[in-house]
Amino acid sequence: MSQSEESIESSSTNTASVVELEDVQKTYHVGDHTVNALIDVSLSIKKGSFWAIMGPSGSGKSTLLNVLGCLDRPTSGRYLLVGQDVSTLDDNGLSELRLRRLGFIFQSFNLIPQLTVQENIELPLFYLGENARLSAKKAIELADLVGLSDRVQHRPMELSGGQQQRVAIARSLANDPAILLADEPTGNLDSTTSTQIMQLLADLNNQGKTIVMVTHEEDIASYTSNKLYMIDGGIERIERN
Amino acid sequence: MRKSTRYITREIELGVKNLTLHGMRSLLTMLGMVFGVGSVIAMLAVGEGASKEALAQIRMLGSNNIIIHSVKPVKETGRSTVRTFMSVYGLLYDDESRIKETFESVKQTLPAKIIRKEGRVGENSLELRVVGTTSSWFDLVNRPMVAGRRLLKKDIFEHRNVVVITEFAARKLLPKNYTIGQRIRIGGSYFDVVGIIQQAHSEGTLQTPDQKNDAYIPITAMREHYGDVFTQRSAGSRIRELVELHQIIVQVKEIEKVEATAKGIETMLAYFHKNKDYRLQVPLALLRQAEATKRTFNIVLGSIAAISLLVGGIGIMNIMLASVTERTREIGIRRAIGAKRNQIIGQFLIETVVLSMAGGLIGIGLGFFIPWLITRIAGMPTEVTTISLILSLGISMAIGIIFGIYPARRAAQLDPIQALRHE
Repeated sequence: MSQSEESIESSSTNTASVVELEDVQKTYHVGDHTVNALIDVSLSIKKGSFWAIMGPSGSGKSTLLNVLGCLDRPTSGRYLLVGQDVSTLDDNGLSELRLRRLGFIFQSFNLIPQLTVQENIELPLFYLGENARLSAKKAIELADLVGLSDRVQHRPMELSGGQQQRVAIARSLANDPAILLADEPTGNLDSTTSTQIMQLLADLNNQGKTIVMVTHEEDIASYTSNKLYMIDGGIERIERN
Repeated sequence: MRKSTRYITREIELGVKNLTLHGMRSLLTMLGMVFGVGSVIAMLAVGEGASKEALAQIRMLGSNNIIIHSVKPVKETGRSTVRTFMSVYGLLYDDESRIKETFESVKQTLPAKIIRKEGRVGENSLELRVVGTTSSWFDLVNRPMVAGRRLLKKDIFEHRNVVVITEFAARKLLPKNYTIGQRIRIGGSYFDVVGIIQQAHSEGTLQTPDQKNDAYIPITAMREHYGDVFTQRSAGSRIRELVELHQIIVQVKEIEKVEATAKGIETMLAYFHKNKDYRLQVPLALLRQAEATKRTFNIVLGSIAAISLLVGGIGIMNIMLASVTERTREIGIRRAIGAKRNQIIGQFLIETVVLSMAGGLIGIGLGFFIPWLITRIAGMPTEVTTISLILSLGISMAIGIIFGIYPARRAAQLDPIQALRHE
């Protein structure tokens, strides 16, 4: 474990690309059928960029996000996350990488209902083995950052959708990730709240966070600097602003 | 090291929290463990109390002793059949000396003649069990003296008319002047009270060599005053019996040789007493038997307890499996954040162990309460042993681990992507 930490540490310093995908394929076997979810995807995501992955349902955007999020391993091809080759890692290694390098934001917020806002934000720090006092301090700072410092002792159910998504964003930042992965972060929110959340993400990007977001709404995608259009498991085109 | 300790304490905190969130469900889940552990401790306490009392009674007999009683044979043979209206049976003076001389392992033998006579002091009277014996009686049936002295060798040699009575008899016969030096009429003869001794404590099911209305006199004086022929009146007829000795207590030097010596004595007596007019009582054998009974009892109780704990464990596993399904999404979230499989296993395992240990602790409380109630209501002696406490805590922990591992592994094997999609 300490060895893998070290190698992550050493490789992160001098790469401009946070993500490097080379000919990534993902194939599922459903009964006798073989589904090609990703076909020859090559992509380089620079540090500090903001990406939107777009495309119709079934085009492979979720699969791409899962691969990027180290929840799924590519069937073939190479995936370098901050210089670390993901395809060689086992389940523990992938978990370790998620813990140290990645932050997730979901459409349905995915907070743990039994825990308070503060405890939800602290969760990554808990798995990092951070001590309780420092974790609490950091969680309160992050709650403040997303504008919820007066709600830290509330439970998710007592918050509005927008507030819950803010908590989720705070949680995704707790481990200071190399990349934030957002899966339709505004999908469950009204337009006003969506704007606020997108503004928050844009702010984070301005502060240097690398963000990759899946969405199917053009106006949401307009906050980003790079748009990746997918179709049938492959990249259709990339638009850069 | 400190990091992992911190991790575990936080996991335990989290586990307790999760369980308190579903308070009612956790409580119901624990019930199996509560009653399982409670009944184990209670049953063992009752068993321990009962056997302890039995063992204490047996020890009163003296575990180094072999007690031989004269028994009136069912079919009378030999001398007694000649219409003398006198039955002749029982142990002989010769038996005592034969035992003493034959077995090297015998430390001493103690003859006793036992008859029932009325004791009388002025107006007060009491049916006494008069025991004619030697000074050794007081070594073998060791009871504390209340006042005065024991019978001495000199008393035996000189056929003195002296008597040692029990505290009980002294209270009945000498209520006003509760002192030694009094003269008691026993049957037709007078004896001086030289000592008062404590009688056997419990009136148990087991017959102790001494009884509460005993009067001990020198065996020599007994023969002189009353002879070897005793007359018993029963249902209008008089039965005359010739019995030399009613009882011989044999003290064996080493406890290891008690059973072998008893066997030897039995064989020897069988040779001289064809009509089997004697009975051997070996307290050590009784002790062994009682201990064996206790072991069997414990095995039976243990099996019942094991079944109830098994049921309790299955109950916990059932609920934990439901909990895993219910919290699939939570597991997905934790995995996405970076929790390893082992950490998920740890989380659920800790929860199960906390649940079963909490059940076990409440069960221990119940295990103290039930025996207390039994003692109070039924008056039965009970004793909660430390071993049963340690055992039940250990078992409840083991149950938590054994029945927790499957649900925990199920949780850990969930695919994070699937788990996150779970509604």
